[in-house]
This record gives sequence, structure tokens and C-alpha cells, in this order.
Amino acid sequence: MSKWNLIVDVPLCENCHNCVIAERDEHVGNDFPGYAAPAAAVGDSTIRILRRVRGGAPMVETTYLPVMCNHCDDAPCLRHAPDAIRKRDDGIVIIDPAKAKGRRDIVDACPYGAIVWNGESQVPQNWIFDAHLLDAGWKQPRCKQVCPTEAIEAVKIDDADMRNKAAREGLRVLNPERGTNPRVWYRGLDRWLTCFIGGSVSAETGGIIDCVAGAEVRLIGNGVRLATAATDAFGDFRFPGLTPDSGAYRVEIDHRLGRANADCSLGESVYLGELRLSPAPATAAT
Amino acid sequence: MKTIRISLRRQLLKTILVVLPKVMNSAAKRAPAYAERLKQRDVVAWIGLMDGSIGRIVEIRGGRFNSRPGKSDAAQVTMKFKDVATALKFVLPGRDQGEIIHAAKNFKMAAAGPDETLVWFTQTLAMSDTASLPMGTVMPDGSRRFTTGTNGGPLFVYVKDGRILRVTPIEFDASDPETWTIEARGRKFSPPRKGLVAPHALTLKSLVYSDKRILHPMKRVDFDPDGERNPQNRGKSGYVRISWDEAFDLVAREIKRQKRVHGPGSITFPMSSHHQWGNVGYYLSALMRFANLIGFTRMAANPDSWEGWYWGAMHHYGNSMRVGVPSGYGGVEDALKEAEMMVFWSCDPESTNGAYAGFEGTPRRLWAKELGVEFVHIDPHMNPTAQLLGGRWIPVRPQTDAALAQAIMYVWVTEGLYDKDYVATRTTGFEEWKAYLLGEADGVPKTPEWQEAETGVPAKDVRALARKWGNRKVYLAIGMTGAGFGGAGRGATGQQWARSMVMMMAMQGWGKPGVNIGGLQIGVPSDVHFYFPGYADGGISGELNFNANAANNYQRMPHVLTINPVKQQVPRQQLPDAIIDGHAEGYVWDGMSQEAQFAPFTYPMPGYSPIHMIYRYGGSALSTVTKSGRWIEAYRHDSIDFVVNQSIWMEGEAQFADVILPACTALERWDIGEWSNAGGYGHHGFLTVNHRIIAMQHKCIEPLGESKSDYDIFTGILNRMGLGSMFTEGGGELDWVKRVFDGSDLPDQVKWKEFCRKGYFVVPPEKPDLRQPVDMRWFAEGRKKDLPEPSPLPSQFAEEFLEGLQTPSGKLEFVPEILKRNTADNPERPPLNRYLPSWEGMQSELARRYPLQLIATHSRYSFHTFADGKNSAVNQIEDHRALIGGHRFYLLRLNPEDAAAKGIGHRDLVKVFNDRGAVICAADVSPLVKQGVVKSYEASAEFEMIEIAGETVEIGGCLNLLTPDRSQTKGTSSMAPNSCLVAIEKWRNAQAFIAERTQLEAAE
Repeated sequence: MSKWNLIVDVPLCENCHNCVIAERDEHVGNDFPGYAAPAAAVGDSTIRILRRVRGGAPMVETTYLPVMCNHCDDAPCLRHAPDAIRKRDDGIVIIDPAKAKGRRDIVDACPYGAIVWNGESQVPQNWIFDAHLLDAGWKQPRCKQVCPTEAIEAVKIDDADMRNKAAREGLRVLNPERGTNPRVWYRGLDRWLTCFIGGSVSAETGGIIDCVAGAEVRLIGNGVRLATAATDAFGDFRFPGLTPDSGAYRVEIDHRLGRANADCSLGESVYLGELRLSPAPATAAT
Repeated sequence: MKTIRISLRRQLLKTILVVLPKVMNSAAKRAPAYAERLKQRDVVAWIGLMDGSIGRIVEIRGGRFNSRPGKSDAAQVTMKFKDVATALKFVLPGRDQGEIIHAAKNFKMAAAGPDETLVWFTQTLAMSDTASLPMGTVMPDGSRRFTTGTNGGPLFVYVKDGRILRVTPIEFDASDPETWTIEARGRKFSPPRKGLVAPHALTLKSLVYSDKRILHPMKRVDFDPDGERNPQNRGKSGYVRISWDEAFDLVAREIKRQKRVHGPGSITFPMSSHHQWGNVGYYLSALMRFANLIGFTRMAANPDSWEGWYWGAMHHYGNSMRVGVPSGYGGVEDALKEAEMMVFWSCDPESTNGAYAGFEGTPRRLWAKELGVEFVHIDPHMNPTAQLLGGRWIPVRPQTDAALAQAIMYVWVTEGLYDKDYVATRTTGFEEWKAYLLGEADGVPKTPEWQEAETGVPAKDVRALARKWGNRKVYLAIGMTGAGFGGAGRGATGQQWARSMVMMMAMQGWGKPGVNIGGLQIGVPSDVHFYFPGYADGGISGELNFNANAANNYQRMPHVLTINPVKQQVPRQQLPDAIIDGHAEGYVWDGMSQEAQFAPFTYPMPGYSPIHMIYRYGGSALSTVTKSGRWIEAYRHDSIDFVVNQSIWMEGEAQFADVILPACTALERWDIGEWSNAGGYGHHGFLTVNHRIIAMQHKCIEPLGESKSDYDIFTGILNRMGLGSMFTEGGGELDWVKRVFDGSDLPDQVKWKEFCRKGYFVVPPEKPDLRQPVDMRWFAEGRKKDLPEPSPLPSQFAEEFLEGLQTPSGKLEFVPEILKRNTADNPERPPLNRYLPSWEGMQSELARRYPLQLIATHSRYSFHTFADGKNSAVNQIEDHRALIGGHRFYLLRLNPEDAAAKGIGHRDLVKVFNDRGAVICAADVSPLVKQGVVKSYEASAEFEMIEIAGETVEIGGCLNLLTPDRSQTKGTSSMAPNSCLVAIEKWRNAQAFIAERTQLEAAE
């Protein structure tokens, strides 16, 4: 039995909101009985884009995360309101617009906050994967059609194939610990979940301060060398993929022009700023 | 023999007059809409020869055409031809439009009668050709799929039961031509076979059905044209609904009164540049035709998109007909094949979309990323392009870019990192420039350290960038097309910056493989020879001077020319001053030569009346002009007898009108247009999009309420002045669409009927071996110019045609000869591009009171005011406007340090202010903006002044209330909105505002 899954490529989302607007366009003013009541012209969207900005000038990284109904296989909303919500054979979760009328409680049943309340029609609403269009022969949901960077892909395959694909391509779901088995997958989710330590290395020679390229930078945590990087032409280095709130780190920099180091405690990402090398005798052999 | 032929032709004409009604009636049988039309009214017409020797009554009665013998004086309307030959040209099939126009404008054909009846009758005759055309494609679900065009791309429009279901991008089918492929570094790249449209395009349905639509003509309650006009109450008093007849009568009467009482020049038609898409309904088309037939004081536009380029950069290398920006030809393939690095400078194509191109350039930049091209972004904001592509961000203080550029050039000079051979053979004046950089002239070497305090960019980063750049093949991406424009050009130092960009390219060998200006946003390998006119190519205007009509469209689509006889002009940015102070001075935007800009013009001009009537057309524009508070005073000024606003939505300055005429959207009328084809404003501008898509812009639904198309509104007014048939040439909008189609190369490729059904045509890409050459390659290689552009004009080459640039030397001039000749005595426009700090920047006295620099760039989700406000889908985006206290506030982006200094948190309401006014925004706190800078968007569609707790503030987001109205430099009409100092504070009345709004909502 093949079922629908959505795959979002996180680094490719540029926050253009075409998916959000197309979804509003599809539902505002349109009634699709059995699928969805008309959405309100003014109000929350069933697809949202979250933003996370990390670091400090000039080393800033911005990540956007499109979120929508996950069409969970163990959907808390379905458990909460089995009389009003159904799971289709193709994996899509539909909140019945007639049966769910007035059921504001359904909004709170979703731990992902993916259900919006439509005050005009008095119904809870989710992103329905454009089931009404797929049933009418469309090959893809509208969010995929309008995405300029191809950050969104919709695939209809059986669950075992999807699990293999996810393992092979490093696809992950949001908050797997909730155990709801979402059908929306993310590629490159690390960029959303992890943080970095970065800095810019410089040195003074003959009264002139310049960026230092090619310096060796070591990241130390708990006395262990975790990673090594080299600075680029601007003297910049960056250690990505670190766990937020993971405590104390030390950065050690070595170059023929000198040495520098810095300590930091990692909550969110840290940009250490300019790190000036101090002329020092060559590192003792270790 | 000759006699027989004449006799046969006379007989033919007689027969046609007898048969004509039958043909019309059978058309009505085929097309119910036509049958309905015939039922609308009874008309008695006489068609025949001027001498009366042939002629017949042709009438519509009871929904049917009849014809009978009769005299012309028995008819309401008459159509008389000089002779049989002329008549046959009008009535035989396969009409030659050139012959028809020739006969009409030389009085070989005369139509007479009450204009309203005559126009209705001739439009009815014309409609028989179009009424049974198949429009759109029927879909499996019973809906009909139409097509349209927008500022952000063409769309399919699905309609069911007279209502728009949805709009989607156009996806190609198998019958559409193949897509081009570019081979670069062992890879092959082809763009997606669909339109990558902009967010504001997809917002269209929500705009059509917006609750802010104006559905009826309205008159201000305390405006009495025959008594007290109460101009002081504009924007305060409410409106009362009136009928179209009343509205047309009122406006026509006022126009006549203006002409009678004040004389030529008393009426002005200030328009917006980017309203709806299409070649017929555009401001340069239908509005210009309408206004020319009345006569008006022209609002002379400043080159707002091009400022620094037109007044500055152009003098170093020419390109005056491109308003000083490069063409970008061939840039996509060259950059992908050759470039090692791209420097984006004041360039954010992911937000500005190459103006109209949506995200068509995005995949091309992602290809460059895949190929390992390095990116650098120079901007006070780490903008969406920098966020997507990555690469080094160089946060520069606004309006100091020229200092940064000079320091980079200093490093190139001192470290020998420039193309010495190119400089020696292709440029002039380098020694003088070099001496300036080295401080030989003024004792100040322009070192990276020199610029650091000014720009905020560490000297070490400048050296690193200069060395990287000087050792690589670099594409310099500038502004919205990547090949010019840019917000840095719209400030006090805009000319210095744009000039620097060209000078840097001159040092790096501009035109050599991989060394050019461009950001993969323009220069795809499309076929540029396929002719279809762009929006500034004249349309139906009949105007030959103030658009590009004369170049092609006037010959290809013959139509009666129209002329505005009034020579008086007002500079756009000074229009309110002209009204309030009674005088204004400006400098023209004229691309024919580099010198045209030096001549001033003044208002008022002898012989003409000052302005007494404002006919405003085309959407909200208050927030697109500097220091826009002046407009309110102008609207309320005693000297303004009458204000009309022809608007689709109740927004912006519509509230200041005496009469509001409700226009409909492009989805409710006919039009035709090509994606991103601006015509005369940017020759071959469609090279920003991956495929040339020409779309029928179907009338998808009937106009909402009583709204009408702009064309029909103009017709209604002109009918009351005896000018209706002159304006319409006997046709409706669909007839003009057909004429645009016929005037293009489309008929060679697709049948009209098929075009109407399918709705779009994709022009096949250029053959690989015929692709356009790369811009400036000819110059770098010392050859004759080989680009497919008709500019500069032949007279502009100093020596031989097509040899060298437009400059007097034919070379890239580091110290422009044209400026030496014309501005040597103007300290604000020195021929040597020395650094002059902004007159409203961090060195200004004003910075002590207003210590932050405001930049208000083009918005990302709306297109200027289009799609902003109006409860549109875009308005619901939290990154566009934030919902606080039931109101959607414009965002102000600011740095965490600046926010903390004022105790401002994310999404707090902040007051942004200076001596010019105060605007309330919602704070968006993040490190994406350089410290000391606050960033918002220009062009809020909303304008809402409120008084709360004794404080007057604007809450619609009109940031241009705060910007200076001063020109960048003396001797130019150039706006400088990005030179704007402000202070911010957490809005003390935020709670009072929220409480008031909550109460209001509860009361409702």
C-alpha cells in the first residue's frame, strides 16, 4: 500500500512563503465538502515557516523550517477525536469539516500546533496534503508546485520503502520522541537542531592587522579534541553540528604568526568575534 | 475595363451592406454573449459614402440586425467613407489596420453621432469577430482554466461558476518548445519547465476578493462642485455612493471647467509605475491615451530605480538609453562557465526578483553554488539572498559603500591586483584616479584603515576581500537585475557608489571571460529577435515621445497617434511642493544622450496654468515618494479644485479624493502581456526569465460590484467630451488585444483562436550557435559592438558607428569628460569621484539627535504597494506584517544591541521618528541587521494617521514619511530615501492603542 509522505529540504527553504500563500489560495473562499470548509481570508495559515537566526555579524546563519500537519500515523488528534478525524488509506489525516464543527478542543490536541482555528466557519483545520486535488488526479500538492528551490517533494511509496529512503538519505521527522510517527520528513534537519562555534582570526604584522588564512583551529570539549578546522581568506572558521546547551568548549588556534585561544559556554551558537594571534614560540611537541 | 472594375466594386459594397446584418445575426446565433449584447439597446445607423451615392440604414432593433434603404439624416449614428475603395478597406475581411488608420486619421472615413451611442455601436460591430472565440481550457472538474499576467509572472486562473477557484504557475506541456541547456564545467543545466512566480503573483485571488475593493462610484459627502468644495476636509469626511452616470458627468464637467477656467496644464495625472500587468490597460498605454486626449501637466518621473547610474555611473561608460545600467547579455552562461566568485553588492535578487521575474534566477544561482562559485555579500542587511547562498557577509554602514570601494581599489593599486593592460588600452584618466587613491592630491591615502571608521568594515576584511577579488574572475552582482540598480544608489552618495562599481570593473577587465556585472539574474539564452512588445513599448497610447512606441509598436500595430500639447512638467518628487509653494525646479530623465540631464526645467511654465485638478490613477503611492507627508497638505490645498482617484482598493491616498472611480483588477478585463517584458524601460528585459512566456490575459470573471475596467472608465468620461470614438477607435479591450497579437510575431507561430484557448505561448529558445554575445566582450577584445540593442543612438558614437563606448573618448573614463564639461563648478558632482560623506549620515549634525540609519528597501512579498495591505494573503505573513492589537504592523528589523539599548523586545511596537514624522512598526530583532541600522520596506499600501493620547503617528507603515525630499546632489532630480536618520523608542502608547482596538473589536 503506497502512502503519501512529504520531504522538506531544510537548507533550501528560503522563506519565500509561496507554499503558505498557495495553500491559502486553495482554501480561502473554496468549499471542498468532505475535505475542508472554506478557510478565512484573515487568520492563521495551515503551513507556517519558522525562523532561527544564529551567531553574530558577520557570521550569521539563518534557517527556515516549513511546518504543517504531519499526517502522523499515531496522530494525537485522531486519538482525541476519532469521531471527527479520519486517517485515509494513503496516510492523509482529514479533519471532517462537518463533524468537527465547533470542536475548538481539537486545536489543542496537536502537540505540533499544526491545527488552526477557523473562527469564520468555526472549524479546526489542518493542511490536508491537498487530498482533494490528489483525488482529482493532481500529481503533487500545491506547495510542491510553487516552491522555487524544490525544497519540497511529495512521494507516494509504501512505508518500508520510505523508512529505507529516510535511513539512506538522512531524513528525519520533527520531535520523534513524541512517538506520533509523522509523515513529513526533513532533509538537513541538523541545520535547524544544532548550533555552531565560529570566529575570525587575525594577526598584526608591521603595524598592520590582517586576516589570517590557513590557521589550524582545534575545538576542545571536556579536554578532548572534537574537531579541527582551517581558517579561510577572511580568517573565518566555523564548527557546525554542535548540540545546543552542551556546555564549555575551548578553541585553540595555531599559525606560524602566533597562537590564540578562547573559551566559551555553548547555549545557542557563538560567534567569538576577532581572535588576534599572539606571537608565541612554536607549540611544544606533544 | 476600368469602368467595369469600378462598377463591380460599387456593387460589392452595396452587397456587403445588405449582407452585413445577416453576418452579424449569425454571429449572435453562435455566441449567446453577442445575442445578449444586441438586446442591450436599439440603434439606427447609416453606413455609406460621403456623397450619399451608396448607403443603407443598418440598425439593431429588438436584439437583431436589419438593413434597409434610407438616408443618413434618419440615423442616430453615421459611418461615411470618402469613396468605394476606402469603404471596402473597412468592410472586407482581412483588413489592413495600417490602411484603416490612415483613412481614419486623414478624414477619409468619418463617424458621427452621439459618442456614447456611436462607441457602443462600433464596439458591437467589432464584437462579432471575438464573441464566439474559445476562451480558456475546460478542465475535468468542470472549471475553466484561463491565463493571466502579473508583476511576478504569468498564471493559470481556474474559474468555476463565475468565481475564481485558484491561481497556479503555468506548467508547460509536451507541445511547448524545448528548454535551453547550458553546459558548464562538465555539468549540464536546464531550468524547470514552469514559471517560478513571486509570492505577490500567487496572492492575486485574495486581492480580487479583498474586502477593501471599491465596488461603487463615490463622492465625498461635503464636496459640492457647484458650491462649497471643502478641500480642507479631504481625508477626513466620508463618502456617499453615486451612480456611474453621475460620476462620469461630474468628472467630465470638471475637466471641461478646468479647461475653460484655468486653461491648459491645470490637470495632472500622477500615476503609479507598477499597478497591473498588460500592454493594453497599463499606465503607459490606456492612461496615456486618455490623458493625451485631455492635455495635462506631466509628472516628470525621476529615474527612481536607476538614480546613481543615470546621474553618475553612466558618464564613465555611456549606456544612456539603458538609464546608465549594463545590458547583461550572455551573463548567465559566461558566469556559470567562467566565474570563480560573485560579489553581491546592494543586491538581493531573492527579494527583488529582477523586478518582475519571480524566482526564475534562483535555480541559476543554486547551480553556481553547486559548481563551487564563492559568494560575498556587501549589504547592511544579511539579506535573503545571502541567507540562501551563504558566503561572507560584509556588513557595511548605509551610504558609505563608495568609501569601501575606494579602499578596495587602493589595495588593487598598491598590490598590483588590477588588469594593467586593459587599463592602459581601454580606459582614460587612470593616473589621475590613482593619484587620488594614493592621496597624492589631497594627502589622504584611501587605505582600508581610512575607510574603517566610515563604513564600519574592518580594514583587515577589506584587504582580504580586495586580494581575493583581485586574484579571481569575479562577477559583480548589483541591484535587482544583478546588472545595475540597487538601494545603495538611492541615497545621498548613490552616484558615488554606482560610479565606483563601474570604475572597479574598469580595473578588473570588464568583459573578459568571467569578469562582468551580473548576478545570474539576467542574460539567459532566449531568442531576442521574436518580436512581442513590452509594457513600455507604447501599447494603445498613440504617444510617440514618452514611451518606446515610435521604435516598433507604432508601425507594427498602427493606431491613431495622440499628443499632449502641454509642455509644463513637474518633477515627481516635488509635485506636492509645486502645489504648496507654487513653484518647483527639476532636471529631466532623458536617455537619448548623456547630456540631456544637465538642462533644468521649472514649474510653472509661462503660458500654462498651475495645477488645479489631480486625477490619480493606479493604486496607493504615498509611501513610494519621499517625505510623503507633504502630499496630505497638497491634497488639502486651497488651489486644488478637484481630486479624482481611480482605484481598485480603498487604500493609500484614495481617501483624499473628491470622487472615487472603482476600477477592476486585470482578471476582470482583457489584456495581453509577456512576462518581464518592460520594453523601453529595459530593452530585452525578459532575459531575466528562463522562458519567454506571452500570456493572453483573459477576462476571467465579470467585474465585481459596479467596478469597471480602466479602459471603460476612460471611455465613459471621454464619451461625454465627444472623444469616445477617438479613444476607442471603435473597439473594446479585446479588440486591442487582438491588434497587439497581430502586431507581434505571434501570428507566425500560433493561431489567434488557439492562443485564446490555450492562453499562452512559449517562445522557443535561441539556437546554441546564435546565442547573444556577452556584454562588453566586444569592448574587452577591441572589436566593433556586436550586441542586439539599438542603443546608444548612432549619433552617440564619437568617431565610427559601433566603435567604442558612448563616452567622448569611446573608452571607459575614470574621470568623465562629460562631467568635466558640465559639472566642474558643482561641488556635489565632481568629475573626479572623490568621497563625499552623506549629507544625512553618521557624520551629520542630525545624527546626534537621530543616531540610527533607516533603510527602507523593496519589500519581499509584495510588489511595491501591490499585494500589501487590503487583507491580502501576503498581509497574513508574519515576516511581512505582524499582528498586534488586531492591526497588522509593518516590520522594523534591528540588531539585538540596538534593541537592548532601548529596552525593545522582539515584536514590541516601536516608534520610528525624526523631525519629519513618526511611524509605528513591530520590532524584528535579530543579528541580520548591522548595528546602528534599522531596516524596513518602502511601499506600504496602507496609510493611516491616528491620534492617540495626544500623539499623532502613522500606523500603516509609510516609512517614506521620514525620508528626506532633497535630491542626492545639486543639479539632479534624484531621490535619496536611503539617507535617512531616525531615532527609535519602545512605543509608550502601545498599551493604549491595543486597549482601544480591543474595545473597538468588542463593540463590533
